[in-house]
This record gives sequence, C-alpha cells and structure tokens, in this order.
Amino acid sequence: MTFLQRPLRLGFQWVEGWFDLIFGPAWNPFYNLGALGFFYFWIVAVSGVYVYILFDTGTTQAYDSVEYMTHEQWYLGGVMRSLHRYASDGMVLMMVVHMLREFSLDRYRGKRWFTWVTGVPIVWLTLAAGITGYWMVWDKLAQYVAIVSTEWLDWLPIFGEPIARNFLAPSILDDRFFTLLTFMHIAVPLVLVIVLWIHLQRVSRPKVNPARGLAVGTFAMLVVLSLFEPAESQGPADLATVPAVVGLDWFYLAAYPLLDIWTRGTVWALVSGLTLMLAVLPWIPPMRRTKSAEVDLDNCNGCERCADDCPYNAITMQPRTDALPFSQEAAVDPSLCVSCGICAGACPTSTPFRRASDLVPGIDLPDRSLVALRAELERKTQAPAGEVRVVVFGCDKGIATSGLEAQGIVALSLPCIAALPPSFIDFVLSRGLADGVFLTGCREGECFHRFGVAWTEDRLARRRDPYLRNRVPRERIEKFWAASPDRRQLDKAIVAFAARLKALPHRGGTVAAGAAIAQVAQQRAPNHG
Amino acid sequence: MARALRYFGQAVVYLGIALVFATFSKSPSYVHFPPDQALIKVSLVHSAQRREACRRLSAKEIAELAPNMRKSLSCARERLPTWLEVLLDDRVLVRKAFPPTGLSEDGPARIYERFEVTPGSHSLTLRMRDTDRTEGFDYEFQEVVELRPQQNLVVDFRTESGGFILR
Repeated sequence: MTFLQRPLRLGFQWVEGWFDLIFGPAWNPFYNLGALGFFYFWIVAVSGVYVYILFDTGTTQAYDSVEYMTHEQWYLGGVMRSLHRYASDGMVLMMVVHMLREFSLDRYRGKRWFTWVTGVPIVWLTLAAGITGYWMVWDKLAQYVAIVSTEWLDWLPIFGEPIARNFLAPSILDDRFFTLLTFMHIAVPLVLVIVLWIHLQRVSRPKVNPARGLAVGTFAMLVVLSLFEPAESQGPADLATVPAVVGLDWFYLAAYPLLDIWTRGTVWALVSGLTLMLAVLPWIPPMRRTKSAEVDLDNCNGCERCADDCPYNAITMQPRTDALPFSQEAAVDPSLCVSCGICAGACPTSTPFRRASDLVPGIDLPDRSLVALRAELERKTQAPAGEVRVVVFGCDKGIATSGLEAQGIVALSLPCIAALPPSFIDFVLSRGLADGVFLTGCREGECFHRFGVAWTEDRLARRRDPYLRNRVPRERIEKFWAASPDRRQLDKAIVAFAARLKALPHRGGTVAAGAAIAQVAQQRAPNHG
Repeated sequence: MARALRYFGQAVVYLGIALVFATFSKSPSYVHFPPDQALIKVSLVHSAQRREACRRLSAKEIAELAPNMRKSLSCARERLPTWLEVLLDDRVLVRKAFPPTGLSEDGPARIYERFEVTPGSHSLTLRMRDTDRTEGFDYEFQEVVELRPQQNLVVDFRTESGGFILR
C-alpha cells in the first residue's frame, strides 16, 4: 500500500503546509475533517427540520411545496433548502477527504481497524440519506434517481414485484410512497448518528466540533452560497416522459451513469467489491504487532496521568491488586494499545535522574523502554562535540531523525514526541549532556498519535502534568513540528538554534559534567540492556 | 503572514470550496437518454397457468387431512413460463419465455425491459402465451402508436382488464 500512500501523503502534506500558513494549525480544515463532517451534519439536520415543516408529501404536493419554499419564502425556506443541499455535499466531501487522508497517513491499520471499519457503513448511509433526499423533491432529477435506483435494486431477487413498477406511469404512483420515502429519509440519518457514535467509541477525546473560527467561516460560506446560488428544482417530474438530460449532484450521484454503461449486476459487483475492499483494507497487509505498554505496579501510584493522556482509551484505572497503599492502579488493554509511549511520557516516575534504583517507570514500552532511551542518550553524548551540542528528540512518524545527526547534533527518535518525559530535557541540560534540546514531531494539528504535539506543548508550558521544571532554561529548548516537505526548514531551524546557543552565556562545567556522566553511563551500560 | 493577508487567503479558500459545491451539485449535466428518442418500457408481472392441473381429492383423502387443512383440490405449486413477444413494426423487441419466480417456481414471471425507439408512427404487436399450448397465443394485441421524442410508453398487462394495457 506504500506506493499509494506515499504520493497521497506528500500531496496532503504539501497542501496542508499552505493551509497552515493561511488558517493556522488550529483552523486548518485538513486537521478538522471529521469535525467538519459533523458540523455539516448538524447543519443538514437543523435545516432539514425546517424544510420538513414546509414539505408536503404527495405526487404533486411535494414539488409544489418545495417550489414554495424556494421562491415564495426564498429568504428563509429557500436558504434552508440550499443549506440542506450544500451542507450535504460538504459531508460527502469531508468524508472522502477524511478517508483518503487517514489512509495516506496509515492511520487505519493495527489497533485503529475498528474506527476504519465502522467508517465504511457511514459512507453508504450518508449516500443513502442524500439519495432519498433528492427523491423527495419529485422533480426531473428525482424521477431519474427514483427510476434508476429502483431498477438497480430490482436486480436483487428479493422483491416480489419490481419496485420500479411504482414509477411506470403517473396513474400508478401513490402518495403513500412519499410517506414511506420521508420515513426513510429521516430514519437513515438517525441510523447514521448511531453508527457515527460507534465509529468514535475507540477514540479518546474525539474532536466532533471544528475550531470556532473554522465553523464560523464554513457556515458563513454556506449562507452566502445559499443566497447567491440557491438550490433549485429541475422542473416537475412527469412519468409520461423520460428525463433525458439531468443536472446531477456529483457528490451523491457520481456512480449513477455507470448504470447506463454497465449491467446492474456489474454495478452491484463493483459496490460489493469496493465495500469488501474497504472493510479488509486494515489487514492488507497486517500491521506489525508491537508489544503493548506494561504497568509496573511497584512504581505505579495510580495517579491517572497515563490514562488521561492515552489517545486510544487503552488505559483504565482499576482497584489496586497489590498491597501498596494506593486506591487504584493503571491497566492496559493490549487490544487498544498502539505502543505510542505517550503513557510513559506522562508517568511521573519516568525520570532519568534515578540512579539509586533502576529506571523502571510505572508504565513503559517493553520494546522501547526509557532506560534504553537514557542509555542511548548517554552513549551518543559521549562523542566530542564542537562548540555546542544539541540533542534532538524526534518521533518515528515525523521527519526521520537519522538524517539529522551531524557534528554537535545528536538525534534520538521516540514512537511519539509525547513519549518523552519532560524530565529528560531537564536531565540533558542540568547534567550538561548538551547545550540545548531540540524537539521535533508531526506537524501541529496532524500528530499521528493525535495528541503527541499538544501534550508536549502543554507539558513544556506547565499546563499539563508532568510539568517541565521551572529551573530548566527555556532559551535552551526549541521546537519545530514538521512533515516531510518541511525537511529543509527543519535543518535551518536546528542550525539557527545551534547558532543561538553559541551566543548564550557559557554553561560552566557543561563539557566536564557531560564527560563525567558519560563515564558513569559507560560503567552502567550492561545494566541498561 | 499578516492577519489581513491570512483572512484574505481564507476568503479565497472558502470561495473555492463554494465554487466546488455550486458547480458539482448540479453540473455538468448528464444525458441519461437521447433527447431525440422515445422509450418503450415493457413491464409486467404475470402468473402463468400451473404446470399441472389441480386434482379433486377423494373423500378418504380429505378425511386423512388435519381438520383445519381440509380442502377439496390438490394443486401442484409450479407454474409454466410466460412466453412474450413484442414487435415494433418488423423489429422484434422481445421474443422469449420468462420463467416463474420463487424457489418452488410458483411465483409470477417478472418482466422489465426498456427499448429506445425512434419517434413517429409505429405498429406495436404484443402476444402472450401463459398456458401449456404449443401453438398460437392466449393474448394478442396490436395498435398503431404515435411516439413523441422522450415519450415513455409503458406496456403492462392485467388479466382482470382483459390483457395488455398501454400507459
């Protein structure tokens, strides 16, 4: 899948970079796709309630009532109808881009399969809701949609009498059919809400509301569009004639022309095949399993920080199972844990200063432990540096740290930047292992593990536990959140940071202390595994 | 980037999205059917005669049935296929047998076919055979029809109405 993901990802990152400049990370629509989808849904729901008040079910009444709201009550009914249509189109647009983006970022496999798979019925439910809506207007487009849809459904051998026969001639069509249609157009979105709720069950702190500025801008755009280009009908349906030319809503009806080219069976095969392919995509190929985070009860005091920071709801607090005098302990659900290490970064016992006892935090990743990180840090900072030494902490999902190392620059990678306990920064600077610490990870707002960048920013700014200690000189810390296209800017930022460090007052004893620590580290190396 | 420039950029993006919505929510138009053609839709649901004639049960056979299920006739479920012919002038639109539906072949034959035809005056001939006869037809209908461009002419069938119906 990499051959598909890589170009898509680069494309997204390139566009998102521009949107970051225009909107800023908080308002960037690409970082709010799911939330924008919800926002459009609520606009559709509210405008739909108003449209329903004016709507009349019946073969002639339906069209007339829609015409009334469009032309006679254009200032409210017409705007509501247009909002209903354009927000529905927005839902489809957000859904498709959201899906492509999650695919390109590889955020659909492994433990994330559940969210992806539950997203598949959302696609079809959204389309079904929109298509039944187009049907209700009972204009020429509705006639086309009704006939083509029912002819397609009739291919399935489950209907006693072809349902397309309901649309053979004007005398056959029954008013009650519109009542049924109205029921479907309301019932399908209600089912959609339930599936959306299920979709978010494994997502911690799901973002269901876009940033306020983005919401205001989006709504204003829809209102202006509704006023200047109101949604209109395409002439009353007439079953005695064939709707030869129709203006399709390509967001919902893009596949309909296929039914004129291919057989209905072929289109069923395409739809079924596509659904199946999307449903099994998380296992093509299966994601390499990594060991889940493990709790060490001797070092866990049940402070809840790990559970609070976990982006995947993989950690819960449960009553204590040992004799220690704490009320609860952390428990990891391996089926939800993606081994991002954010829990270890949040644990107050994850302090590299510990020398009297082994560095065993209350929660840690068995394959990428903090004791191994400390050992790597100490080993890498042994080498002689130039005028200044910078330690770069990066993440596996951002720009590869391996290419960042140079004279005086030591780079270490973590599963996520928030897997770095703030005490490590203190450790580097107070022990003189380097003159400055540079943090890099995914772009702000598009963190692979969702909250890595946000939690790191909050910890450094002392807004979120565990705090970075006050004694740590902030001028010796730099951050740069970047994606692949930002590599050059990242290099420049590191060089500029090193230059700035040179200008700072010399930190007495840095090199000597560093060497001393390195010596200790060398002696302790066998214990660090 | 200056705040004003950022807002301008956002306005441009919103304008672009609005244009995408305004454009693709109704265009480009799609030609579903050639505007200079007419359509004949042959759609009928018809139960042909049973494959075997019903047999009258003897008094003994009726007595052997459960009291609430007693009936005088025993009928096999299977039905015959429905043979249909539709001709427009000399052009054969349909000439084939449509099998009964249902797992036991006891349901009606379902027919739904569409034909693009040139508008104008045409002789439409409809024939159906729904019994076990091997020659001739049980229902026949012929009429000269005048078709307009984009007209939707429906061929239906109702036994209770005497046979074929044009809508």
